[in-house]
Amino acid sequence: MSNSNSPIDVIDKTAAVKLLEIKGISKSFPGVKALKDVSIDLSHGEILGLCGENGAGKSTMMKLLTGIYQADEGGQILVEGELIDVDGPREAQDLGINIIHQEFNLVPDLTVAQNIYLGREPKKFGGSLIDDRALNSQTGELLSRLDIPIDPRTYLRELSVARQQMVEIAKALSFDSRILVMDEPTAALTDSEVETLFTLVRNFVTDQTGVIYISHRMDEIKELTDRVSVLRDGEYVGTVDTAATPIREVIAMMVGREITSSVRPESREENARAVLEVQGLSTHTFLKDVSFDLREGEILGFAGLMGAGRTEVARALVGADHKSAGVIKIHGKEVTISNPADAVAAGVGYLSEDRKRYGLLLDQDVSANLALSSLGRFSSSIGMVNEKTIAEAAERQVASLRIKTPSIRQAAQNLSGGNQQKVVIGKWLTRDCDVLIFDEPTRGIDVGAKEEIYDLLEKLTAAGKSIIMISSELPEILRLSNRIAVMCEGRITSILTADEATPEVVMHYATLRQPERPGDVAESDLIDSESARKPNRNTEEDGGER
Amino acid sequence: MTVPTTETEKPTDRVLAPRIKERLQQFLAFGGLIIIFIIFTIASPDFLTFSNLTSLLFSTVVIGTLAIGVTFVIITAGIDLSLGTGMSLCAVMTGVFIVNWHLPLAVGVLLAILFGGLIGFINGFNVAVLKIPPFIATLAMMLVAAGLALVISQSTPIYFTKSPEFSNISTGNLIPGVNFPNAVFILAAVAIIAAVILNKTVLGRYTYSIGSNEEATVLSGINVRKWLIVIYTFAGLFTGLAGVMISARLGSAQPALGSGYELQAIAAVVIGGTSLFGGKGTIVGTVIGALVMSSLTNGLQVVSVPQEWQSVILGVVILAAVYTDNIRRREAKT
Repeated sequence: MSNSNSPIDVIDKTAAVKLLEIKGISKSFPGVKALKDVSIDLSHGEILGLCGENGAGKSTMMKLLTGIYQADEGGQILVEGELIDVDGPREAQDLGINIIHQEFNLVPDLTVAQNIYLGREPKKFGGSLIDDRALNSQTGELLSRLDIPIDPRTYLRELSVARQQMVEIAKALSFDSRILVMDEPTAALTDSEVETLFTLVRNFVTDQTGVIYISHRMDEIKELTDRVSVLRDGEYVGTVDTAATPIREVIAMMVGREITSSVRPESREENARAVLEVQGLSTHTFLKDVSFDLREGEILGFAGLMGAGRTEVARALVGADHKSAGVIKIHGKEVTISNPADAVAAGVGYLSEDRKRYGLLLDQDVSANLALSSLGRFSSSIGMVNEKTIAEAAERQVASLRIKTPSIRQAAQNLSGGNQQKVVIGKWLTRDCDVLIFDEPTRGIDVGAKEEIYDLLEKLTAAGKSIIMISSELPEILRLSNRIAVMCEGRITSILTADEATPEVVMHYATLRQPERPGDVAESDLIDSESARKPNRNTEEDGGER
Repeated sequence: MTVPTTETEKPTDRVLAPRIKERLQQFLAFGGLIIIFIIFTIASPDFLTFSNLTSLLFSTVVIGTLAIGVTFVIITAGIDLSLGTGMSLCAVMTGVFIVNWHLPLAVGVLLAILFGGLIGFINGFNVAVLKIPPFIATLAMMLVAAGLALVISQSTPIYFTKSPEFSNISTGNLIPGVNFPNAVFILAAVAIIAAVILNKTVLGRYTYSIGSNEEATVLSGINVRKWLIVIYTFAGLFTGLAGVMISARLGSAQPALGSGYELQAIAAVVIGGTSLFGGKGTIVGTVIGALVMSSLTNGLQVVSVPQEWQSVILGVVILAAVYTDNIRRREAKT
């Protein structure tokens, strides 16, 4: 090889000129160094994974790349070997760098086409009016090229989250991108949609382009990327070849230690007392005859695909959504739950999947959040709040849950995702709820903090709490659940014991469109067969409807 | 401490910083108040006199009372546009109770205050149960109250000539021999009570929680519907009290007086650092805001700025106050 000149030249050129090189870049915020001398590179035609725990500096890095932040002196960003200076998102787009953010930047009240070409609308009459026809046909072409079956004239708010995500991706691809950065793009997608997305990404990658793919989901990193770069605490840890590296090692790089997953839990003895019994829970819109029980000290996992109705079960159960039928018993006694206040009074606490929106008072401090559900207990008969007992209780929760916060007076928004989640958990522990419903307890939480949350869930059950855990991450479900309820299209298709549950079995029931019962073909038949099976249906409905 | 020092050191200044920043708008408003005082003191020897300061405080009473009440509503991320005409209606009702129905003074006053609570209750019901946006619900109430005040009074003022002691509520002197109106003491008492309720009671906590994140508060098991009605009703009591105070001061219930007061009260709240987006705000801030409004009005009169220009200047001051608040917020974010 060393003898022939020309091939080496060619190799040298392609090796030397990377699509993107980030060299020794740093970023300081007042009091914090978010990035310290980080270098990564992206080759032509490559999909590079970028991993790191929350706060590792991934998002900061990408904000530097797209000009949202300006880097400290000393670092360099090179595109095709040329030094660039990105002043803002617009310049980044001009350079062919586009980012798909975790949070959508789409306008709900505009159509798909209007969103994709916002600010770049085709004009007519000398630029005075928007050419809607061209706009829609242009978008139609783009979407069909990407194989996204959405009408350009649909209003964005009418689309599911997954489809909005598709639009966001189409928008990024509508620019002549050379470098596409995707920040947790699959958080809201089902497995089949993830596949579609991956196809999109793979099709996007040519010898002119490259993708930086940020994700917490290691299986996606494994499947999609060529190499993985890892950041930890703002520092560059290393880059490895994806195919040649076990996931466990990548995780070890992220957290600085190796994580061993613990043994699978055993099923609770059958005779354990049922804390919560749900019979025939239905909603007008979606849920159909959901029945299950929750035993003392167990974790009942709720598995299923996105949109299977797991969150709907939780919301209907705690009275956040209206029930059309269903009986709920707690400790064997029938209870009336028509709003979340009733649920909390009955000892059922719900931790939403979107803790920022539904769980926390972000601008209030940790102690206010911890005490929120229990103010009655912390106040006198005339409603005067006892600040001192609140502070004591808050300090206790902070200590026992190991919430990392400088003080109980810190605003919740300044905590990391994992610690915010602990605050929400602490709120329910302060209230002393027997039944806790966790909806996606580790969404958006980094690997190390996930382990802590898992430990916590196990400790809670050991202390006699009973937990319903809804999760889209099957490994999480399998690892923690004593039993697993699998849902599909608003029904429970099976309740499996930990021994029975394998990924294959769970997926089988998660895609089982109709339960395996005779006479279920039509809705009317269903009602007949149900009333036939349950002679006491009427009394149940009396109890459930209000 | 065995924990690495970097982890323990950093936080301490981070805790203090947000608290100071939170108070900053109040400091700014307070600083603005002092600047206003200095300017007017230099501009006119008549400004910083006992009698002028007394009349300045006296003129703060009605706006201050309304502003304190609406602070609660604004912290829930709501608004109340029915304050001004609601106050007129309560003033008219005071006249009806005391003059037309010959009820004892105390009973009449109490009923008038409760009538304000009723207005607030209806607002709260419309907002919390019927889910009408606060702006619309209270806009409608503004019109209803304006109309009812005129209908009930038959568009003529009701004079309290037969009960001169009624005026003492506002203009009487608690300290014998010193010409310092009771109304100012009442405002001070009202402010202290409101501050205690906002800071020390469950009602206050829920006021902040609802404004900070209503959905999370619902899911935390708090009956937000009920508490919103309670908060609006409570705020309405202040409208009622303002109606009593203004008619006691004037010696008559004027059915068409109140319109416009709501905006001045809301402006005072905003100058005092309460966020219209909810979750943030203090009574101290509101009182300072009300003082800024009244000392500007008073000072501009003392230095004989024409009324038309007074309004222009007030508008500019409100813009400046909210703009500095925005800058502070932006700085706090980065």
